[in-house]
Amino acid sequence: MSPLPTTGRVLRKVGHDHRTLAILLVLPCVVLGLVGWMFSGTDVVDRFGPVLLGLFPVIVMFLVTSVATLRERQSGTLERLMAGPVRRGDVVVGYAIAFALVGAGQALVLTAFTVLVLGMDVAGDLGGVVLVAVLDAVLGTALGLAASAVARTEFQAVQMMPLVLFPQLVLAGLFLPRDQMPAVLEAVSRAMPLTYGTQALQELAAGASLGDVRGAAGAVLAFIAGALVLGTLSLRRRTP
Amino acid sequence: MGRHAPVAAPGTPAVRARGLRIVRGGRRGVVVVDGLDLDVPAARVVGLLGPSGGGKTSLLRAVVGVQSDVTGTLDVLGLPAGDPRLRRRIGYVTQAPSVYADLTVRENLRYVAEVLRVGEDRVTAVLRDVDLRHLSGRTVAALSGGERARTSLAIALLGEPDLLVLDEPTVGLDPVLRRDLWALFHDLAAGGASLLVSSHVMDEAERCDRLLLLRQGRLLAEGAPGDLLERTRTTTAEAAFLALVEDGAS
Repeated sequence: MSPLPTTGRVLRKVGHDHRTLAILLVLPCVVLGLVGWMFSGTDVVDRFGPVLLGLFPVIVMFLVTSVATLRERQSGTLERLMAGPVRRGDVVVGYAIAFALVGAGQALVLTAFTVLVLGMDVAGDLGGVVLVAVLDAVLGTALGLAASAVARTEFQAVQMMPLVLFPQLVLAGLFLPRDQMPAVLEAVSRAMPLTYGTQALQELAAGASLGDVRGAAGAVLAFIAGALVLGTLSLRRRTP
Repeated sequence: MGRHAPVAAPGTPAVRARGLRIVRGGRRGVVVVDGLDLDVPAARVVGLLGPSGGGKTSLLRAVVGVQSDVTGTLDVLGLPAGDPRLRRRIGYVTQAPSVYADLTVRENLRYVAEVLRVGEDRVTAVLRDVDLRHLSGRTVAALSGGERARTSLAIALLGEPDLLVLDEPTVGLDPVLRRDLWALFHDLAAGGASLLVSSHVMDEAERCDRLLLLRQGRLLAEGAPGDLLERTRTTTAEAAFLALVEDGAS
């Protein structure tokens, strides 16, 4: 058994859905385009662009993944899969690979748009920015898979986004540098995956090389692995 | 059916329940089946009939191993229900067609074929069995309810299962298709497969080799359709069912 059949199936599904594809690829560019327009003539895009490049994939992929897996639970297709010989980990990893590829595509298009159209000039390693943005996309998918196990309805699945992501956004060091936070909040932020992606992107924007941020990137990878294990364990063959 | 030789001794029922109790809905759920004893004979088309809410779906979910809070004895093909070895040997059709609406019929089948590691020839064969070859390239979202139900059935047939568990597979189908599908079910049983088919439509009862009448989680009656009619001195399954309900109440 392998995760690839599930990956292929999810990608075919996204491929059939042109509207979703357009939203995934174009919408983030439009929003970043607005930011660039609003702050034209300043260095805001250069300073904050890289961080925003990492935020879109994590939010969008979290939502897409949790809704897609919840739909699978409710349509009965997951129930049938669980009655069959498929391994639970293969389903979770299959989903993760598929949405990671979609998220990677999104991160690449968005980076290209920001650099080529908005003229973002990254002080550090541009390849590093793309890499961390892709990692953030995979992180969003992995967190979405884990969260969708808790949600029982689509309402709850959508509510999971503010519940899981907003505290991370607040504490990631976007609004206030983490070293200026109260000690307790700084400690909490250290336990949150998005903190490390944001930190890496901030450092890259300030001139760091890929090697300088490998610790933070490794932390994101560890959180991805943890969320996938959690998603697999919470996927039950038997349901009430 | 060829692919998997039955490990159980001959004469072993396809499904055997003793003192079966199923709670649906978790900790604060309801007891939908309580103290159920039943045998589903192998290589037969067995109808599981009864009013909705009688515990049919919960029983089928327990048989295929996706229902939690099941206590008592439940053996399937000679193994405890939910045993990993059973997963390849059971085909399961859920009540609502479990198909991916945004994929084509063939893409739906191909996915499960890849999971089961069966070839494209099986995909083509089951499409022929359920008479969907002409629609294989169509997106499921564009199919009628009956066509979706047949897609779901085709998926369950892919692995040539020893036991087919079908939860109301003929709902919404026209009479001609229903007749054809019941003929297919009997063909499969003649080939050695066991079928457990639920329905709340009593007129389908006469198409089964054997009936299990389930009401409020208990077995109201079982037997061949003809015997049940004779015993209740009725002419239709519906009348027989009503007679049995009144009999049990008095």
